[in-house]
This record gives sequence, C-alpha cells and structure tokens, in this order.
Amino acid sequence: MSNKVIHVLYNDDDILMDAVRKTRAAHHHIEEIYTPFPVHGLDKAMGLAPTRIAITSFLYGLVGLSVATTMMWFIMIQDWPQDIGGKPSFSYIQNMPAFVPVMFEMTVFFAAHLMVITFYMRSKLWPFKQAENPDVRTTDDHFLMEVAVHGDVDQMVSFFEGTHAVEVKVIEKH
Amino acid sequence: MVLGLLGIGYSFFTAPKTIEDVERIEAENAAHGHHGDAAHHDAAPHAAHGSATEATAPSHEGGEAAHDTTHAVAAEAPHEAHDTIQAEAAVAAAGHEGHNNNDGDPHTQEAHAPHADAHAAHEGHDDAHAAHKEHEEHLKHTLVQLQNKPWSALYVSALFFMLISLGALAFYAIQNAASAGWSPVLFRVMEGISGYLIPGAIIVFLVFIAGALDMHKIWIWMDKDVVAEDHLIQAKSGFLNKTFFLIRAAIFMGGWIFYRQYSRKNSLAQDEATDNSYFKKNFKAAAGFLVFFIVSESMMSWDWIMSVDPHWYSTLFGWYVFASFVVSAVTVIAMVTLYLKSVGYLEYVNTSHIHDLAKFMFGFSVFWTYLWFSQFMLIWYADIPEEVTYFKTRIEDFNLPFFGMVVLNFVLPILILINTDFKRLTWVVVLAGTIILCGHYIDFFNMIMPATVGKQWFIGAGEIGALMFFLGLFIFVVFTTLTKAPLLAKRNPLIEESKHFHY
Repeated sequence: MSNKVIHVLYNDDDILMDAVRKTRAAHHHIEEIYTPFPVHGLDKAMGLAPTRIAITSFLYGLVGLSVATTMMWFIMIQDWPQDIGGKPSFSYIQNMPAFVPVMFEMTVFFAAHLMVITFYMRSKLWPFKQAENPDVRTTDDHFLMEVAVHGDVDQMVSFFEGTHAVEVKVIEKH
Repeated sequence: MVLGLLGIGYSFFTAPKTIEDVERIEAENAAHGHHGDAAHHDAAPHAAHGSATEATAPSHEGGEAAHDTTHAVAAEAPHEAHDTIQAEAAVAAAGHEGHNNNDGDPHTQEAHAPHADAHAAHEGHDDAHAAHKEHEEHLKHTLVQLQNKPWSALYVSALFFMLISLGALAFYAIQNAASAGWSPVLFRVMEGISGYLIPGAIIVFLVFIAGALDMHKIWIWMDKDVVAEDHLIQAKSGFLNKTFFLIRAAIFMGGWIFYRQYSRKNSLAQDEATDNSYFKKNFKAAAGFLVFFIVSESMMSWDWIMSVDPHWYSTLFGWYVFASFVVSAVTVIAMVTLYLKSVGYLEYVNTSHIHDLAKFMFGFSVFWTYLWFSQFMLIWYADIPEEVTYFKTRIEDFNLPFFGMVVLNFVLPILILINTDFKRLTWVVVLAGTIILCGHYIDFFNMIMPATVGKQWFIGAGEIGALMFFLGLFIFVVFTTLTKAPLLAKRNPLIEESKHFHY
C-alpha cells in the first residue's frame, strides 16, 4: 500500500472553491488544504465539522467566575472579615458590588486564555515546532489541495488537471 | 392591508377594554383618596377600641393607625411612648403580643392601633396634638402619593412606548449614517415603528402640561409650595421651571419628529427617484440627527426622568436611559420583523438578519447592565448620603422589581442569546424579546415610581391597564404606518447587498 498523495496547486481562491466542490462530488478524499489567508466558506465546502471552541470558552468563563467568587469569599468574608472603610463584610452578597469588577475580569481572563491555549493544543502549535508546509508558495500566493490517492493515479491526475490547477504533483508521503 | 387590518383588529381588541380600565382605576383612586384609605385602616382598631372616646377626635386615631402602617419613622414615637405606659396601663393584651417594629406585617398593623389610641388617652393632649400634626403631614404625603399613582402609571407606559419608538428612530439613523449593508430590508419596519413617535410624543407632552397645570405631582419642583421651602430646588429653578421645561420638551420632540418625517419622506422619494440624491440627503440628515439626538436625549433624561427626584443627580443617567430604551427598540424591531416574516410580508429577510438583530439585543442588554451597575456600584461604594438615598429607597421599597429587572435584563438574555444557533430561532428571539421588554418596562417603573408614589406602588389594574392601552395604541399606529408604504425600499443603493446578506 503506497502512501501517495496528490498536491494540486491553484492561484485563485474562487478556482480553489470550485475545485473543492468538484473533488467532493467525485468522492476523492481531501487530506488538507493550505492557503495563504482564510478563504471564506472553505470549511463549509470541505464539509468540516463546526468548531466547539466557543463552548469550551464559555465553560472556562464559568470556571473563572467560580475561582474569583471562592477566592474573595474565602479571603474577604471567611478568613479575615475586617472592617475596611465601613464595607459590610458579614456575608458575600452584602459586599458583592465591590467584588464584581474582579469577578468580571477573572471570567474574561479564564475564558480568553484557556480558550487560546486550547486552540494551540488542538492545532498543535508551539514555539520551535517544525513547520508543516508542503510548498513555500502556499504562504504567499498559492493554494494547495492535498488529496489521498486511491485507485488509478493517472486518472486522478487528469481529473485535477481539469480543475484549472496550475500544477499537479504526485508525492510519496512518509 | 391585511396586515394593517390585523394590527387594527388587534389594537381595537385591546384598547377599549383597557381605556375603561384606566378610567375606572383613576375614578376609584380619586373617589377614595387618602381618606378612604385611612378609614380602611382604622376599621380594625376602632372595633378593638370600643367606646374609648378621648379628647382627640375619632378621625385622629383612625388616622394614626393608617399612619403606623405607612410611615416607619413617625411610627417610632408611639412605640416608644407605649413602652413606658405598658406597666401602668392594662391595654388590650392581644395587641401587645403582636407588638414589634415590623411595620410591613398586617397583623402588627392592627396591633399597633390600640396602643396608639391608649397612648393618646394616657399621655393627654400635648402628645396627641404633636402626633396629630405629624400625622396630618404624613396623610398629606400619602395622599399625594396615591393621587400620583394613576398618573405615574400612565406616564411610565406613555414614556416607555414613546422612547421605544424614539430608540427605533435612533437605530434607524445609526444604520443610515453607518451605511449598514445588512439592514436596508428592515428600514420600512423601523420607519413603521418610529411612526408611533408623533402620537406618543403628543401624549407625553400632554402629561407634562397636566403637570404644569398642577393636575398631578409627578414633578414636585413644579409645586410652588414645595419650592418655597426647598433651597436645593430653588437653586435649580433656573433650569427646572415650568416654562423652560415645556419649551425644552417641545424642542426635543419637535426635532425628533421633524427628522422622522423628513427621512421617511426622503426614503419614499428614493423609491421613485432616478438618482441617489434622496439617499444622500438621508445620510446627511441621519448624521445631523444623531448629534442632535445625543444632546437632546441626555437632557430629556434629566428633565423627564431624573427630575422626578430633584434632589438627586447622576452623570451617566442619560446613557443609562438611552441603553434601556434602545435595547427595547431593537427588540421591538426584531419582534415586528419576525411577525411580518411569519405572515409572509418580508421576502428577503433571512435568519442572518434576525441573527444580527439578536446580537444587538444581546449586546445592548449587556451595555445596559454595564451602565446600571456602574451607576449603582459607584454610588453604593462611596455611600455619600445625598446620592445614596436614591438606591436606598429602591432597595428597601422596590426590592423585587429593582433586582428582578437585573435578572430579566441581564441574566436571562445573556444565557439565552449567547448561543449562535439560538439567535436564529424565532421562538428563542421572541422569548428573549418578551423578557427584555418586561424587564425594561420595570426599569422605567423603577425610575419613576419610587419618586412619585413611593411605598404605595403596586402593579395593579392602573399600571397594567395603562400598559395594555399603550401597547394597543402602539401596535395600531405601527401596523397602520406599515401599510402606508411597500415593505421593501426599492432604490436604496444598499438594498441588493441587504437582500443577499448572509452571515
């Protein structure tokens, strides 16, 4: 079993979108698409599942809110309820308006940072990571579609050449 | 036309019933006045009191009972006096047991009465006279509050719906000035909603005139007797005087109505035009209006809302009022759009338009909360006596409405409308919209009522009747206006983009 893939290069995002639709219609499996900038609607054309990162962010926000509440309840009410400038420290709710700015900021802080970290982890991004760029031109002005080979290679190459590709390459992938 | 008829039918279905409601409640209040109220309160004590007729007239004592129920501070005096006579006088034992400082408890109210009476009997005329005078003052106070009730109910609803229509107009102007590409398919809806501005403003202005003619005391600075004894209001009378107040109101309302009529005219003319000159005129008018609007809106909020508490002031109040009615206006736009869409009158409106409106509802809800909290927290934190009474009366007397509206206006919308998929569902948007509108009615209720009726507040037939009447009138006017022009602006340069708007 060979690990061959076809790299198809395009120089326009509209042509790329067209090609993606044709490829999907012909039931070729798209491994990956490399573009220099976000192409609006590409994920829908590829049929990618929607992201759930907003849901994680919401949950992280709840964590942040709980942390802030617990922390200030313990410090300000439970552990050492001092009278500071006449603020009522008998119960959390009595002094809550003073805690709201912290609660808000902690919620945003947790929601934002943990979501970003989640994004890095899920997309496997970190410093010193080896770049996975199959062709340097895809960061500048070319669009590359990587398709898994199954069946007749020549027939597939001719199919992709028919999609206004500027270049079609068959590559042995390890 | 069918739609207009639906609107007309609906409003006629609602309006007559509620006009009667309003009238009936006003008649009842006028007939009973405070004396009816006092008599009601003193029925129980008199029965307990039996034949004890002292130097004080029966009306005094009865009044005192009423006095106890409503005025915590004044009630202190009889209480304390009562403690001293407790040993020597064998007063009704049943009354004693219930005796505590909990004025809100109906049981206690009854229990107080015999004490107060006994007190008057024992201590003699001096105290009785002092209490009597104090009590007269209190009765006057309560009378004013009760007489204000139907007026305030009317005023809150009238103002609420007029400001919704003003908010829709401001939103419309913003969309025009920003050359928004998504909203032109909704312009006719916004124009329809802002059509209520003319009758709404006239009704609110009539309430002002009634105030200036001393028919009600929503604005106590309009009362000469009050101002004569009040240095703080005297110092403000250069701004807060009837003539200037009415002139300002006329200028603000005139300016808003003028822009509304002008831009509506241009918008209709653009349909038939061969170039874009009317569109450009509307663009310039919108920019000019927004400048006028933000100044007039700010002053409007001082005049019409903040000055019901003429001893209190807050600098971000204008923004706070603005946030409150603009979120209601966006909600109404969304709901009217959904209604028209559901009966098939808005061909080009898709879920993306609804999604955008729902995002505005969400965003402005949070914005409102931000301003509400900023205003509350700054005053709570510093706790300066002359400012903090505003929130003290609200938290003590209006606890449920005051904090309930934060739940309605912030917690529920933020949880319901945070989800992208939910923002595209009709029933979710309508549900959230209903919650937001109820919440912001209560918001305006909380701004006006504590100053005008105080502890006498109640959401009863007068309030609901007025709300239903203005809702009916609002729906009638809005849907009638919607029948006057095609629901899709034809030659708006941005209309094609808006038709194909997709998020």
